[in-house]
Amino acid sequence: MEARRMKKPFHVISFIVENKPGVLFRVAWLIRRRNFNIESISVGPTENPGISRMTITLYGDEPVVEQVIKQLRKLVDVVKVSRLDPDNTVIREMALVKVHVPDPAARADLDYYVRAFRGRIVDLSPDAAIVEVTGTPQKVDAFIELMRSFGIKELARTGATALPRSPKE
Amino acid sequence: MRLSGAKALIKSLENEGVKVIFGIPGGAILPVYDALHDSSIRHILVRHEQCAAHAADGYARASGRVGVCMATSGPGATNLVTGIATAYMDSSPIVAITGQVARHMIGRDAFQEADIIGITTPITKYSFQIQDAEDVPRVVKEAFYLAMEGRPAPVLIDFPVDVQREEAEVDLEAEIPPRANKLVKEPHPLQVKRAAEALLNAERPVMLAGGGVIISNASEELRALAELLMIPVTITLMGKGSFPENHPLYIGRVGMHGSAAANKLIMEADVIFAIGTRFSDRSTGRFDTFARDATLIHVDIDAAEIGKNIKPDIPIVADAKQALKAIHDAVKDLSRKDTSTWLQRVKDVKESIEKLDQRPADELSPKNVIREIRRLLPADGIVTTGVGRNQMWAALYLEVYHPRTFITSGGLGTMGFGLPAALGAKVAKPNSIVVDIDGDGSFLMTEGELATSIVEEIPVIVVIMNDGWLGMVKYWQDLFYGGRYCATCLRRGVPDFVKLAEAYGANAARPQSLQEFSRAFKEAMSSDRTTVIDVWINPDEPVLPFAPPGRSLAETITDLREVMRGGG
Repeated sequence: MEARRMKKPFHVISFIVENKPGVLFRVAWLIRRRNFNIESISVGPTENPGISRMTITLYGDEPVVEQVIKQLRKLVDVVKVSRLDPDNTVIREMALVKVHVPDPAARADLDYYVRAFRGRIVDLSPDAAIVEVTGTPQKVDAFIELMRSFGIKELARTGATALPRSPKE
Repeated sequence: MRLSGAKALIKSLENEGVKVIFGIPGGAILPVYDALHDSSIRHILVRHEQCAAHAADGYARASGRVGVCMATSGPGATNLVTGIATAYMDSSPIVAITGQVARHMIGRDAFQEADIIGITTPITKYSFQIQDAEDVPRVVKEAFYLAMEGRPAPVLIDFPVDVQREEAEVDLEAEIPPRANKLVKEPHPLQVKRAAEALLNAERPVMLAGGGVIISNASEELRALAELLMIPVTITLMGKGSFPENHPLYIGRVGMHGSAAANKLIMEADVIFAIGTRFSDRSTGRFDTFARDATLIHVDIDAAEIGKNIKPDIPIVADAKQALKAIHDAVKDLSRKDTSTWLQRVKDVKESIEKLDQRPADELSPKNVIREIRRLLPADGIVTTGVGRNQMWAALYLEVYHPRTFITSGGLGTMGFGLPAALGAKVAKPNSIVVDIDGDGSFLMTEGELATSIVEEIPVIVVIMNDGWLGMVKYWQDLFYGGRYCATCLRRGVPDFVKLAEAYGANAARPQSLQEFSRAFKEAMSSDRTTVIDVWINPDEPVLPFAPPGRSLAETITDLREVMRGGG
């Protein structure tokens, strides 16, 4: 968060790993050990059983990003590390935000914001709603900022995941 | 073939060519020890698991092969940790095998259960927990491959006791699956060309050889290139042995306690060619002062070392041997810039610094003792060290001529390393004389291994630089803490190392003069029993030269009054 406030460049590192026991532990340990200040990390299976994709986003200077990539490449179970160009990458993150909406006016406002961000209200109770929103991490940030006016009761973000766009002819 | 997991492990180790395992048995590794009973593999029973790892490490460094250590679950496994960390920091290939509680008990905080994989993740390249007896041959093969591949490192195999007992259909010839994560070993041709040009055009070139040169067995190539281009060579502590220290192009070792000549000359160089070094702060001094105005060429097999501490101008990710060969080929038919002025300067600096030494040659001082060891010890004799002043004196005063004959804990700086590493080295090279140059504090940490050396008949020579203090720490208290000796006095004579050694059945001597030392050392060399030589030295003996921490190598001092003035 510190690096982000200091307006360092944004980076997306995508890497595929063999689905071996302890691989997530080794990656998490590496980040702590080398004191890398990451913004998010996400993990999930790929089309290939036995292979997972992890995505790390961070704000940082060039030498830091290079070290992250080199250290990741050293891990035995890491198959391939790519640095994605944010301008040529589809980056998505999902957030669930539980907000306080005690009255019809608040609910109407919420509905308006949710539409503007192409989110969805996925749960409603007499005084609260859960909203799902998907987009770039920056869009998710902006949406969460807006939700603060209602009072955020709980928040869950997935962390960013990403794929490079196919090259254009 | 139908085998128990334990038998499969021993057969697989035999297939890897393992001749010796250092270890201590316990409940959760008993099936493996039972299988070991029928094996040709020699087991060496140490007295503390830490020493099993150090001995495996010493074995690996002396031989260039993987060293193997073994312990039971829980405390047996955790006792290995310091030894594994020591090997990891110095890129030494060991395979550590630990017993583990039965699978159904894992995670239940069973008796003698420790999450040894979790504990050792930061200090191993990889670890395996065997879940199925049929996996044993593949796991062993992979472990040995990973330990040696690229930059060597420890690998851990955690073996639950029920899997050791379980019988399975085992294929001892199982192949390891190919890894997608391929290692680059050949240097990039473009970078080789750039490095060659930089070296040919250099006016004041210096080569800096690290431990990577020894690991990749590239000493011949290093020497060939240095002689071809007439480039002075300096080394790091881990690079000791990579280049013969009696060679005319050798200028001494760099670093905090490096030679004044090397520290001076490397700061004057316009091209520094560094091979197989990770630019430890102890070698470079303050990072932002090192090679600031020089063109830096950096060869390392580990890409992550390039630019980690010091950013090179010409990075070469490659095996040291292959890179040196490629650069040799690239420069051999080309003409180089005349460097005779530089070589004269190198010669002058070396000579002026040698003149500084005015102490009597017959005093029983660390320097004279170590020079005497060198004089008496054959060139292929192996020296290990403890950590502290003893280690720095050994590094300063012991000329080393061959790779793998100087074994020290450089990165982690593990006190107590000397004796168990000496035992490992002696097992690897039974025909070489092995000497542990140790300190009293260091030696006391693993002194129980004298028992191993006697019972297992592994004769080594231990020379203790006995000052009755934790000498290096005392030295820093003298220099930087106004002589306030907090917790550094050990009290000399406790224990009496001569009586202690004799209690173990070892030979012992306490020489009162350099002549007596020589006699004792000669006797030790011809004895087939371990000898402890207790040398009482002046507790105020300094370690000089000294580039104080956080300073540039250019600020290396050779006179203590300079430190006092600097204030630390």
